[in-house]
Amino acid sequence: MTEYILCLALFCIGLYCVLRKRNIIKIIIGLGIMEYAVNLFFVLVGYKTGGRAPILAKDQVVSNMVDPIPQALVLTSIVIGLAVTALIVAIAIRLFERYGTFDITKIRRLKG
Amino acid sequence: MKKSDKGMTLIVKTITRLTVGLILLYGIYIVLHGHISPGGGFAGGVIIALSFIHLMLAFGKEFALKKLSQAAASLLENLGALMFLGIALAGLTGGYFFLNFFINKGKPFTLFSAGIIPLCNIAICLKVGAGLFAIFAALILFDSSQENK
Amino acid sequence: MTVLSFYVVIPLGGAFLISLLGKRIKSSGDILANLSTFSLLVFSLYSIKLVFINKVLVYNVGGWVAPIGICMVLDGLSSFMLVTVNLVSFLVTLYSISYMERYTDKAKFYTLFMLMLAGMNGIIITGDLFNLFVFLEIASIASYALVAFGTEAEELEASFKYAVIGSVASSLILLGIAILYSYTSTLNMADISSVLSGKPQSILVNFVLVIFLTGFAIKAALVPFHAWLPDAHPSAPAPISAMLSGVLIKVLGVYAICRIFFNIIAASHKAFFILVVLGLISMIVGAFLAIAQNDIKRMFAYSSISQIGYIIFALGIGTPLAIFGGLFHLFNHAVFKSTLFLTSGAIEYSVNTRDLRKLGGLSSRLPITGYTGLLGSMSISGIPPLGGFWSKLVIIFAALQAGHFIFATIAVLVSVITLAYYLKFQSYAFFGKLDEALIKIKEVPLTMRLSMITLGLICAISGLLCVPAFKPFLQSAVSVLLSGNAYKDAVFNALIR
Repeated sequence: MTEYILCLALFCIGLYCVLRKRNIIKIIIGLGIMEYAVNLFFVLVGYKTGGRAPILAKDQVVSNMVDPIPQALVLTSIVIGLAVTALIVAIAIRLFERYGTFDITKIRRLKG
Repeated sequence: MKKSDKGMTLIVKTITRLTVGLILLYGIYIVLHGHISPGGGFAGGVIIALSFIHLMLAFGKEFALKKLSQAAASLLENLGALMFLGIALAGLTGGYFFLNFFINKGKPFTLFSAGIIPLCNIAICLKVGAGLFAIFAALILFDSSQENK
Repeated sequence: MTVLSFYVVIPLGGAFLISLLGKRIKSSGDILANLSTFSLLVFSLYSIKLVFINKVLVYNVGGWVAPIGICMVLDGLSSFMLVTVNLVSFLVTLYSISYMERYTDKAKFYTLFMLMLAGMNGIIITGDLFNLFVFLEIASIASYALVAFGTEAEELEASFKYAVIGSVASSLILLGIAILYSYTSTLNMADISSVLSGKPQSILVNFVLVIFLTGFAIKAALVPFHAWLPDAHPSAPAPISAMLSGVLIKVLGVYAICRIFFNIIAASHKAFFILVVLGLISMIVGAFLAIAQNDIKRMFAYSSISQIGYIIFALGIGTPLAIFGGLFHLFNHAVFKSTLFLTSGAIEYSVNTRDLRKLGGLSSRLPITGYTGLLGSMSISGIPPLGGFWSKLVIIFAALQAGHFIFATIAVLVSVITLAYYLKFQSYAFFGKLDEALIKIKEVPLTMRLSMITLGLICAISGLLCVPAFKPFLQSAVSVLLSGNAYKDAVFNALIR
């Protein structure tokens, strides 16, 4: 249970970072932290005490493996995270070019 | 030593020259063994892309882009994606989309097994490696155009 | 059966082919994109026939049988959503041929557009919860990039906001999937449903429900979570605004909420009441904020929030009539909102401004745009013979029938406010005196006119969907939602067949 609560704490740190920080690079880092907290939680869900990595070896028995599905899913979600991060970083660089600042409170031409 | 003006110091360049080929080979190894051991198209593709990024960091962007230009990277990326889709569509010959249609369905601990999975790994590796390199190159090029202003 | 995979394969293949050929062969992007969206439209119309014959179709990807492998499920609701999405997307690609000439890289636009379409079709057709997440992310990432397509300051700002809020939503959805997987140890939607119905009511399921509701409500822009929409939708190029407002928020938000609330986790009445309240708030807030806008597209964006409120409100009531009304309104809204956004794009194309205060008397110069705008506005504000009137009428009747008298009154009042701000749009843009500066403007090119006229005509006749001859199309979608938990039995039976 402790590790799940730690995951939740990590998630909350990421959320705090997204909501509270002004620098857009820090917001992107916050998004990364949130995503990794979820990924970590997902991997932990598939763990069982004393389980081995789900790789077929000569002395491996299936009943002794951890659940491989969350690992495959987390790999997918990491790839998605990579794409999102790359896109947001590209947008952030462009934003810096247009506004000359990374401060989110000064980037506000849209209102209404 | 006009050429060494770009990029990092001599030490870094020498080490890079020695290691970059090994990194590339290791990436290819990870891709080709992906179906029987940990690894696969994504991990291997990332390692291959990292070898090019390594070159770019050590020798400057011109050197790396001469090896693999952005247009070539985007071409490879598209070819990888289309190859993956093509393999998936080839499964329709057996009646199902994405069917593992090769006869050899995979024996544990054998390199040439697992039907279409090694082919899929190669396609993913092309897509991921070229894509990651293109992303990095795009960010680098954009940044330097900023400095020139 | 194989046709089920084509809904994803065609747009994906189209995307990569366009990106490969688009730069090398001129206008190959236009041809490929239109061909693939047209074939998708044909296939989705064919899916109506398939659903009539077999009710539910299941396709095992790669020959793996469902609880182990990923399956694709085509039922009444999927078929209904597919027709809506692909109809709008075909007309939008037709429109983009001329409109996107103003931007530099058309091939990239089509690539991203097709990826977004692949994501949306994937969400609709898939029968696997994690696969739904993957397709949702494909559609979302493509839409973040499309919002920033013009790379002007405002567009980048809107895209950044959208991307950050959207990523938070995606994290929440993934968290929900993780918890649900840990509880049921399966990812197949039908299988999850059967495992859940075998277990006693648990607080965990309610927790998952709340997480999913938050995530998908952000994607659907229901009111407490709507902050990104009024920035993101107006900033995109007009065809993309039409896609985003017309179908994307419905597929990513409303469809996913429907599937999860009705079919996977058969939610309790309390959970549905949350939907009713969220819908009501969205309805009211969206309408009031829309009145104050002077930017055309921004007004339409707020109006989208308000209309999505209607749909969610109707689905939350949950009686057969209300669900019928909600889905009917969903179809109507997809059609008239894309008509309106394309109209605003046509105005922007010829006048180069979106500010209502600078416009006036355009109907003499842009007659066709004027008529389609009028049809769209009349339909959305519920003028009798047009589609929007019937769907709103059904929703209000359903609310009365379920005993929600106050809510029904609010729905009527919001409809009046809707009429008010669309009258504002009409009078500022199309009626009144023509400005001196605007005397030289010309009507938009042929393909743009063609797609706007088609959409306008569909607006005018979409009321026919509640006529007995066409009713089964909607009714099959309604019956899927009404069957609730029986979804799993239908899927398993289709598997055995």
